[in-house]
Amino acid sequence: MLKDITLGQYFPGNSVIHRLDPRTKLILLVAYIAALFIASNFLSYALTLGFLIICVAVSGIQPKAFFKGLKPLIFLMCLTGIMNLFFTSGETLLVHFWIINIYLEGLVRAIFMILRLLALICATFLLTYTTSPIALTDALESLLRPLGKIGLPVHELAMIMCIALRFIPTLLEETDKIISAQKARGADFETGSLIQRVKALIPILVPLFISAFRRADELATAMECRCYQGGEGRTKLKQLRYAPLDYWAFGVLALLLAATVTLTVFGL
Amino acid sequence: MTPLLEVHHISYTYSAGTPFAHKALDDVSFQIHAGEFIGVIGHTGSGKSTLMQHLNGLLKPDEGQIFLGGRDIWSDKKFTRACRFRVGLVFQYPEYQLFEETVYADIAFGPKNMGLDESEVDRRVREAAGFVGITEQQLKASPFDLSGGQKRRAAIAGIVAMEPELLILDEPTAGLDPRGREEILDNIQAYRQAKNATIMMVTHSMNDVARLADRLLVMSGSRLVLDGTPEEIFANAQSLVDMGLDVPEVTRVFLALEKMGMKYPGVYTMEQAVRALTRRGGGGHA
Amino acid sequence: MESAVEVKDLCFTYPGVEGTPGVAVFNGLSLTVEEGDFVAVLGGNGSGKSTLAKHFNAILLPSGGTVWVCGLDTAKEENLIPIRRQVGMVFQNPDNQIVANVVEEDVAFGPENLGIPSGEIRQRVDSALESVGMYAYRLHAPHLLSGGQKQRVAIAGILAMAPKCVVLDEPTAMLDPKGRREVLDTVLRLNREQGITVILITHHMDEAAKAKRVVVLDHGRIAAQGTPKEVFCQVELLHSLGLAAPETVELCHALNRQGFSLPLDRLDAQSCAQAIFDAISGEEKT
Repeated sequence: MLKDITLGQYFPGNSVIHRLDPRTKLILLVAYIAALFIASNFLSYALTLGFLIICVAVSGIQPKAFFKGLKPLIFLMCLTGIMNLFFTSGETLLVHFWIINIYLEGLVRAIFMILRLLALICATFLLTYTTSPIALTDALESLLRPLGKIGLPVHELAMIMCIALRFIPTLLEETDKIISAQKARGADFETGSLIQRVKALIPILVPLFISAFRRADELATAMECRCYQGGEGRTKLKQLRYAPLDYWAFGVLALLLAATVTLTVFGL
Repeated sequence: MTPLLEVHHISYTYSAGTPFAHKALDDVSFQIHAGEFIGVIGHTGSGKSTLMQHLNGLLKPDEGQIFLGGRDIWSDKKFTRACRFRVGLVFQYPEYQLFEETVYADIAFGPKNMGLDESEVDRRVREAAGFVGITEQQLKASPFDLSGGQKRRAAIAGIVAMEPELLILDEPTAGLDPRGREEILDNIQAYRQAKNATIMMVTHSMNDVARLADRLLVMSGSRLVLDGTPEEIFANAQSLVDMGLDVPEVTRVFLALEKMGMKYPGVYTMEQAVRALTRRGGGGHA
Repeated sequence: MESAVEVKDLCFTYPGVEGTPGVAVFNGLSLTVEEGDFVAVLGGNGSGKSTLAKHFNAILLPSGGTVWVCGLDTAKEENLIPIRRQVGMVFQNPDNQIVANVVEEDVAFGPENLGIPSGEIRQRVDSALESVGMYAYRLHAPHLLSGGQKQRVAIAGILAMAPKCVVLDEPTAMLDPKGRREVLDTVLRLNREQGITVILITHHMDEAAKAKRVVVLDHGRIAAQGTPKEVFCQVELLHSLGLAAPETVELCHALNRQGFSLPLDRLDAQSCAQAIFDAISGEEKT
């Protein structure tokens, strides 16, 4: 069912990772991804992956949540793996079949690529799982604020994101309900030609759009009633402030980056 | 006699196998006989809505079977689809499913999906509109120009036009004012009488079920905990209160009277109350 | 002492679309709500009760007459924000007034808009959530809460702005009985303990029965007002407006038609039973 989709899922908690400033986490994620792409040999991979595993363990989030999130991406990862497996040439030929040659280098590369993707996705999940979408939005708003000077409506974008995150589960649930209700009237979404199937969506999309507009209208009124006047003069419940913990985190990641670079450059 | 519908030990779990798994139905069994008016009560999350969606084959039970006219509704695909028309399900806030350009076209959506010919569709649309008090002029209007209560009735007509043997309504009066509530309940009665249909109504209004239903099902914690006539169920008022459910206000008054030493068994509607108290020889001031 | 809300000769017409004439809702309505009062506004659909509510915090502006809120004229542009700080609104659909996807962040939305320093927002959010009994849920996602819980979060969001007056526009219409009780109890407590003026728009008679004062609207005019007892004993009038009295009053009214002479001011089961008991035992003595 649609409502099973875990989009922007956040698992509240109180681990070190949870307590980091969301800006720190965003910056660290970018830095970590950089480290992932720098890493190119066994040791540097082990280091970056090990770091991620420690972070996941520290966060206290069930590994199950990561597996579940990864499921829809398995195809993409397999594709990347297969491409690397087949299209990398090298010296040690492992398998030769018709026009396909699989080299040891290809195999290693495929494994590395899959691991890299895996780590990248899991690190992103770790960010969204441990950071409330609102904190994330605040962090983006704060980090992007300099762009406000060149006319980017940073506050408005952040607000849009926040509201979208708030209403996605509600609208998914509503879509489920409308689908069931139209099925109860004999609507058929599974058979017929492509055109018929597209047409069959009308009884879902029309009520959904009407409902979304009604919600938007009511929400706008409710926001106005609560004195919303745009970003000007607004304060925040949670002021973003870097704490000692954040500096430690930056330190740790700097070390990780340095170690990765060293291991890669010196080919250890 | 074969029951119209038989629910045989069904269980259902939402999001099975995930951390969000939630057992919504737990070994539920009952039968519905033709012509009954069944009230379903229970608080939110007790499994009522999930149960409704099983009765017309929208959800498939994890365990157990449902028989319509003696046949398992999941026995073959065609039959499952046919069940959707024979068991009409009106969802909560059905006005949110209106989508056509005219009220007429919206009511016709169900009958058209049944593959009926045009004249039959037309007959059914007009008849259904009649049951719910939608006028000729309103049939030509856009459903979005109707008032809240009218929209609700137009949406109910969309199901009624399929002429289901069993009409199920999930809180058909939710959010309406007293007059709107009364109109909808009258419409349902009219359909029942004209078509000899079987009705199943989920509601939070104990006063309504006490008045209308001839049998009550009480859901609590995903199970069917009580099944009986209103007399039987409301005689047991305390157990309803323990489940966090209401009892009809009249029942409350008569429970209080009982504590004062005046006992009138089997009173739970206004009419019964008046009859019981006047028969007693009261009202000497007339 | 100034009134929380004062409406004088209010006229309001919804503008017509594309040349059609507008719909007049009010034509000279006057109403005063004193500070600390708890007023229930009753009326069927189309009685103008929601339109009236929207005048209380300047969502709508009068076409004629004046509305003062805490001494401020709603028609003056510069009063807009001060008025909305004083008068909080809670709407019918609990989903469509929650902005953020964490409970406490949503409650903070109002104070954030007012530019209140972080430390104080934290205090306000915590105490607002405590006074509606939702503190334990402060880190939850709103879409996973029940309807009654969502409405209490919405009320907390208003309380965090420290208003003098809360206007609730059919806050329980979409809730089940349990949710309705939660919301009503919360509002009653706020009025009693914090002296907040409450204007509750509703079509549930049992809710209005708990107010200090009831105003009945019909077609944009006041059809009756007074204490709940004064208003609900006018059973015939309420029926003619498409409304009903609380069940206990209806019961006494029905019995009186059979020759009893019961008082029509019994709003709860216990006192209603007492009246019936007294009538019957009085009869037996004579």
